Amino acid sequence: MRKLLFQSLFRSPLAEQPPLPEQAAVDELAAAFQRAARRRLGRSLSIREIDAGSCNGCELEIHALSNAYYDVERFGIRFVASPRHADVLMVTGPVTKNMREALERTYHATPNPKWVVAVGDCARDGGCFAGSYAVVGGVSQVVPVDLHIPGCPPSPVKILQGLLSLLDRTAANGSSS
Amino acid sequence: MPSLIDLVLTGRPAERHAPWRRAIVDADTWNLAAGELASGRWSLLGLWGEQAMVHMAVREEEAAEIAVLSLECADRRFPSIGRHHPPALRPERTITDLFGLTAEGSPDARPWLDHGEWGVRHPLGDSVASPVNSAAYAFLSADGPGLHQIAVGPVHAGIIEPGHFRFSASGETVVRLEQRLGYVHKGIDGLMVGADIDRAVRLAGRVSGDSTVAYALAFSQAVEAALGLKAPSRAVWLRALLAELERLANHLGDIGAICNDASFNLMQAHCNILREGILRAADSAFGHRLMRDIIVPGGIVRDLDESGRAAIRTVLDDIRRRFPALIELYDNTASLQDRTVATGIVTAALARQYAAGGYVGRASGRVFDARCSPGYAPYDGLRFEVPVLDDGDVNARIWIRIREVEQSLSLTGQILDRLPDGELRVPVPSQAAPREGMALVEGFRGDIMVWLRLAGGRIDRCYLRDPSWFQWPLLEAAIENNIVADFPLCNKSFNCSYSGHDV
Repeated sequence: MRKLLFQSLFRSPLAEQPPLPEQAAVDELAAAFQRAARRRLGRSLSIREIDAGSCNGCELEIHALSNAYYDVERFGIRFVASPRHADVLMVTGPVTKNMREALERTYHATPNPKWVVAVGDCARDGGCFAGSYAVVGGVSQVVPVDLHIPGCPPSPVKILQGLLSLLDRTAANGSSS
Repeated sequence: MPSLIDLVLTGRPAERHAPWRRAIVDADTWNLAAGELASGRWSLLGLWGEQAMVHMAVREEEAAEIAVLSLECADRRFPSIGRHHPPALRPERTITDLFGLTAEGSPDARPWLDHGEWGVRHPLGDSVASPVNSAAYAFLSADGPGLHQIAVGPVHAGIIEPGHFRFSASGETVVRLEQRLGYVHKGIDGLMVGADIDRAVRLAGRVSGDSTVAYALAFSQAVEAALGLKAPSRAVWLRALLAELERLANHLGDIGAICNDASFNLMQAHCNILREGILRAADSAFGHRLMRDIIVPGGIVRDLDESGRAAIRTVLDDIRRRFPALIELYDNTASLQDRTVATGIVTAALARQYAAGGYVGRASGRVFDARCSPGYAPYDGLRFEVPVLDDGDVNARIWIRIREVEQSLSLTGQILDRLPDGELRVPVPSQAAPREGMALVEGFRGDIMVWLRLAGGRIDRCYLRDPSWFQWPLLEAAIENNIVADFPLCNKSFNCSYSGHDV
């Protein structure tokens, strides 16, 4: 373990190593995001993720946001364990009927001001699961949605991009739900 | 002691069912099958319903024979298998929920996927509208002085799928865990009915996002079996490449995540770098990080070009170089091993009884890998080993994954070296007469079973059975007498799919 830790001390961080194909986009987004997040929220943005019926694909990519390449914590973005600590609810999946109540309750447990970000194609309108007896549909049919990030699943860069546009918009409007 | 084949021969054979046989049997034979399952000579691969029929797929362990037995349920009842063989309980409850067929004599008649929220009962059988009724679920009781309950979920603390866990604990020690699942039930079986092949394979690839390749492969193989199609050999080899990349990415993610749940996040940080490398290589080679919608019945929709091949080779070399240090890190960190060794033990008897696939079964002495038996191309022409351990604890489930990472690294290398040239896809003919097909494919989590009936180029019925069906119940057993704080660790070492189970 000492060896690994020691190496890490002297190796430049992965996040800044060229020439990874998406690195330029990540860096550009990172800088812009940091400015917007600071303006709006001071130092941090806390996100509570809710799987409301997803296939788990979106969760995998949301997870990836925390790896060394994307490392969202360096921008003050944190995933928190409780909706009570959250500024943003990040909701995935077609909302299933069996998850509707849990989603509503989680929304109401989140203090104002709060934003809801729907992630993935299913979260818009149910995607390929729309019309099922077990599916309500998109996230906006259950809770008000401020932003939708499309993709099946959206890549981590796309998700970061989405969070940035949310911050830009809320900063411009100066209000939220 | 009847052999499976003898028993199948006593029934009325189903026409055009491939590659294994299906027979419509009487209630006596159905009950006899329950006895064989209970005795351990057979294992249950799947149990599913239709409008007025139930099917079970079984495997005779010694002869490695597979067959499907079907029973007509004229009066909407069938003799319970679960009363003799507990792994059948949850599938039977699901059959009742979806089709309204009753498992007679079942010791557990509670609903399973139906939480009373659908506004309809028996949606795939004789559906009846029913007002939403979220009545309290009757959890099993645990009685004794000082016992208390801890309710967790469906919304969990991490970025994971929803499910409910009800712990009965005595102080810190778990006396009983009961799972309640079904929160992400999307009704995929229902959406499949009447879907054309293109839509159906997209749905299959969205049953469980982490296994999108394995599901698309299992579905495609089942369609090909039904129609007697053979995918071109380049497609077959590329499919295996995708499947092994998916296995690598998931195992690496899991190894890190399990260690993280023992508060050792250094391991996760490094494993996730390797995982991300695979996803990026997959993106540049196949245009999608999770390799979704690439495998289709008849072949594959995207070829691998030279730059894609180079990207994959680069990332594999990188993992080969860096992974040994991580194995050493795991092996030499006593504080981490202190958490994983002897924690969450699954006994060999339970793993065998539930026919638990994947690392859950193989960490508990069950030698089974669908790539070897029943086996499918191109694995018959590839060199690889199936690691098996006997300890059955969290540590063993980590080691199985470590060894499988090594095997998959070797497999991907062999595939890239020997990738044949040629066509990518053959057309899928539309047959008017019903045809049935089945496939068993080894996903990273274990064996995925798909059974389907096609008619007129559309899906008449499609059953997708996730390995988690026979792993989730073992988690309940594994956590018993462990401390509550070790539950996340045990749970992550299983990494069962919620979406794959709830379908």
